[in-house]
Amino acid sequence: MHRGKGMKFVGDSRVKANNRMVNMPKDYSEYPGKTEAFWPDFLLKEWMVGAVFLIGYLLLTVAHPSPLEGPADPTNASYIPLPDWYFLFLYQLLKYTYASGPYNVIGAIIMPGLTIGALMLMPFLDKGPERRPSKRPLPTAFMLLALAAMIFLTWESVVNHDWEAAAKQGEIKEEVDIEIDETAEGFLIFSGEQGKSCIACHGADMQGGGAAPALVGNELTAEEVAEVIKNGRGAMPAGQFAGTDEELQVLAEFIASLKAEE
Amino acid sequence: MLNKIYDWVDERLDITPIWRDIADHEVPEHVNPAHHFSAFVYCFGGLTFFITVIQILSGMFLTMYYVPDVENAWKSVYYLQNEVAFGEIVRGMHHWGASLVIVMMFLHTLRVFFTGSYKKPRELNWIVGVLIFCVMLGLGFTGYLLPWDMKALFATKVGIEIAASVPFIGELIKVLLAGDATIIGAQTLTRFFAIHVFFLPAALFALLAAHFIMIRRQGISGPL
Repeated sequence: MHRGKGMKFVGDSRVKANNRMVNMPKDYSEYPGKTEAFWPDFLLKEWMVGAVFLIGYLLLTVAHPSPLEGPADPTNASYIPLPDWYFLFLYQLLKYTYASGPYNVIGAIIMPGLTIGALMLMPFLDKGPERRPSKRPLPTAFMLLALAAMIFLTWESVVNHDWEAAAKQGEIKEEVDIEIDETAEGFLIFSGEQGKSCIACHGADMQGGGAAPALVGNELTAEEVAEVIKNGRGAMPAGQFAGTDEELQVLAEFIASLKAEE
Repeated sequence: MLNKIYDWVDERLDITPIWRDIADHEVPEHVNPAHHFSAFVYCFGGLTFFITVIQILSGMFLTMYYVPDVENAWKSVYYLQNEVAFGEIVRGMHHWGASLVIVMMFLHTLRVFFTGSYKKPRELNWIVGVLIFCVMLGLGFTGYLLPWDMKALFATKVGIEIAASVPFIGELIKVLLAGDATIIGAQTLTRFFAIHVFFLPAALFALLAAHFIMIRRQGISGPL
């Protein structure tokens, strides 16, 4: 075993400088310049960089609380899925003709697989001794091309996504648990012949669905409810109620009574 | 006192050489931003590790409240986010850290690529690095499902469909990940939890150890 003083190592490494491999950098002592002890001088500076970084990180965390959408509902068929932002370019790639449908394997497996494979085998594809990017044009060009493609695809994905609809479809809906008095006159009108088109959208349990809001836990007065039933609101058309004005009054008062408990 | 303890241990285990291997080396000028500001690109690897440590710590605290079960997963995250003291901060750090670690790792990869540092003799370390990249993406993908909210469920459905489109073994991968050939549900959540919290971190630790041992063994690559 080779021991003792006067042994030369490559750089700051533990690889011995004699029988040196090709491409192995020269000992740092051969370069003009100032080295610095890792412990404690350089590590202290690294900690300072880390502290500044941590402050920015915490500010981000405080300024933008992490998002949470409504609980997962596998029965919702209209939800438009969106992956986390760093997968957006792959998601966008699958929208193009020759990367989707019958060609899905190309976009989903072959292209990402080739990219990762090429990245992994980079040291064996680019074996020359040159290290400067300008002296190895092919690897540099391919990497820049890949970068440009990723940025472009991510950009396309972001501008083509309906962010407002996405925010709406993920909203946390307040589940209001209110006992409905099913013998009340108002409920009989709601579930009767007059209220057929009410149930069609707002559901027999009055919990709403799709574009129709839940009726339980509303914040309207009886007059406002009557107004909405008569004239419609938002996606709700006017004149859906088929009963008399007296029945409408009873129904409005009943719906207005379905308040969440304070 | 501390010296005495050190000496006591050192007398028995000869720990000084270990210490020398870990911390006692010179940092060359070309990677030191104090000498050349442009050398800040050499910080990205260290920052990646820094965020990884934060991810591990914040993740450990999150599991104190998180329940990997379809009935309670969302509720536990909602509770953690809105009721638990500093829960919003801890979850926020884990959420944003997941993005930052990808950004920093990507920048680190680009630095190594454009300085040609993956060349002989550092081929193995580059390969280990790419594997770490894949593990990190896997952690991001599995962690995305865990809050069990709408975007989590539907993004995972898409992801698992992509995995299922792998020729020949696609269906096997799908069943392995989802726990069922057709349902994305309770089994999927527990599997993703196990993968996110046990399998991938174990792989990550092993790969990081290899990455760091190789760096110390070979030293940082020389100036261009």
